[in-house]
Amino acid sequence: MKYMMFVCTDTEPETDESIVPDIFTWVAENDASGRRVAGNQLVSPSSATTVRVRGGEVLLSDGPFAETKEVIVGFDILECADLDEAIAVAAAHPMAYNGRLELRPYHG
Amino acid sequence: MTDLPDSYGRIVATLIRLTGDWNLAEDCAQEAMAAALERWPRDGTPDNPGGWLMTVARNRAVDVLRRSSVEQAKLREVAMLFHPGEQHEIEDDRLRLIFTCCHPALALEARVALTLRTVGGVPTADIARVFLVSESAMTRRITRAKSKITEARIPYRVPSGVALTERLPGVLAVLYLLFTRGYDADGEPAFADEAIRLARLLTGLMPAEPEVAALLALFLLQHSRRHARRDAVGDLVPLDRQDRSRWDHESIAEGRALLERTPVTGPYAIQAHIAAGHGAAGSDWRSIAGWYDQLARIQPTPMVELNRAVAHGYAFGPQSGLALLAGFEGYPAVAIEADLTAKAGDRDRAADLFREAAAVAPSEVERRALLARAAEL
Repeated sequence: MKYMMFVCTDTEPETDESIVPDIFTWVAENDASGRRVAGNQLVSPSSATTVRVRGGEVLLSDGPFAETKEVIVGFDILECADLDEAIAVAAAHPMAYNGRLELRPYHG
Repeated sequence: MTDLPDSYGRIVATLIRLTGDWNLAEDCAQEAMAAALERWPRDGTPDNPGGWLMTVARNRAVDVLRRSSVEQAKLREVAMLFHPGEQHEIEDDRLRLIFTCCHPALALEARVALTLRTVGGVPTADIARVFLVSESAMTRRITRAKSKITEARIPYRVPSGVALTERLPGVLAVLYLLFTRGYDADGEPAFADEAIRLARLLTGLMPAEPEVAALLALFLLQHSRRHARRDAVGDLVPLDRQDRSRWDHESIAEGRALLERTPVTGPYAIQAHIAAGHGAAGSDWRSIAGWYDQLARIQPTPMVELNRAVAHGYAFGPQSGLALLAGFEGYPAVAIEADLTAKAGDRDRAADLFREAAAVAPSEVERRALLARAAEL
């Protein structure tokens, strides 16, 4: 099963920094096990462009489509046996502590 | 006569494992139940009612799958259902079903509803009534939970090792919520019976987990007061004013016996010991106070601290209890302060406090009870 993992910020991150795992270790481990198919950080939301087509006209607006305090700052594509495995991979990611992760399955 | 709800959960659990299709499993289980109700009165109850029901449900599943030709692989598995040595696997299926219904990736209320529906076979309309939503809203909620299990691939399995330790409290919390839904003032009493039935099932399936047995003991002890908890007009009667001869002493004996052979490893065992402290002959407040001290160490919530103050007030004199109330304000702290002040003999101050508590009581029933206490003084 493939899961798109959205990496988001959170207004109330973990305060004990000493327990936050290391991102390089996480990437290395999950690349090696084949659970991480792809992934990266995103450039800041201020660089986002939102695109719509209405009445045949391409409408652009500056910034992300939802103006919220929590923003998507990265993504990973996970290939896991089931949701429990995906949760275990997500819970070991530093942004599970400093932010929040959303796991969305997709058929692929 | 076999235990029909028990058979229902058994069939659903096994057919989900074999077909992976929750709706098919439930439909076939229901049809087997309907067939039993129609045929057993006419033809007599079969020698092995559970096996009869499982066979009818399996045949129905095979029929449905045979018509949808893409399901050949599943069909083969269902057809192989009754291989020797499968009984153990079928027992495990119910545990798989409970753990899947109680998966933490589902919303808490959805977990309770799904457990009631699929493990307990409780009609959706009954579940909806207790959750104060329409039947169609409850149907949507349960459907959505089942879709998420399939689409997000929530595994159909009992976790092992560390994961089991992490997940078991969540399963017990669902049973506890189910029990309180049956036990609360406006609840559905049948849900308390259902919670006890599921706790019994889980105790049988997980004999090595003391907190499971402890939860069953807690249910049995609390449920033993069900006939004494309400007065003639349906108002709640506090424990110290209940007619203890109306308690279910068989249920108490079972709960206590269970507790005696269960080591204390978590909050449910402690709560069960607290419940066991109230006996037919009176309450052992010193023992209860000691258990509250333990509970406060692992669950230092305001409710636990307040109950601890009550227990200390009754065990070691009102002043001990009042000392533990320091720092608490509002309801129910002021009602407890009023009670302990009355016990200490300061009638005027106690009456004032009862009136003060009545003014902030969250329900009309409690307000009336507090004003009655003020009037008694």
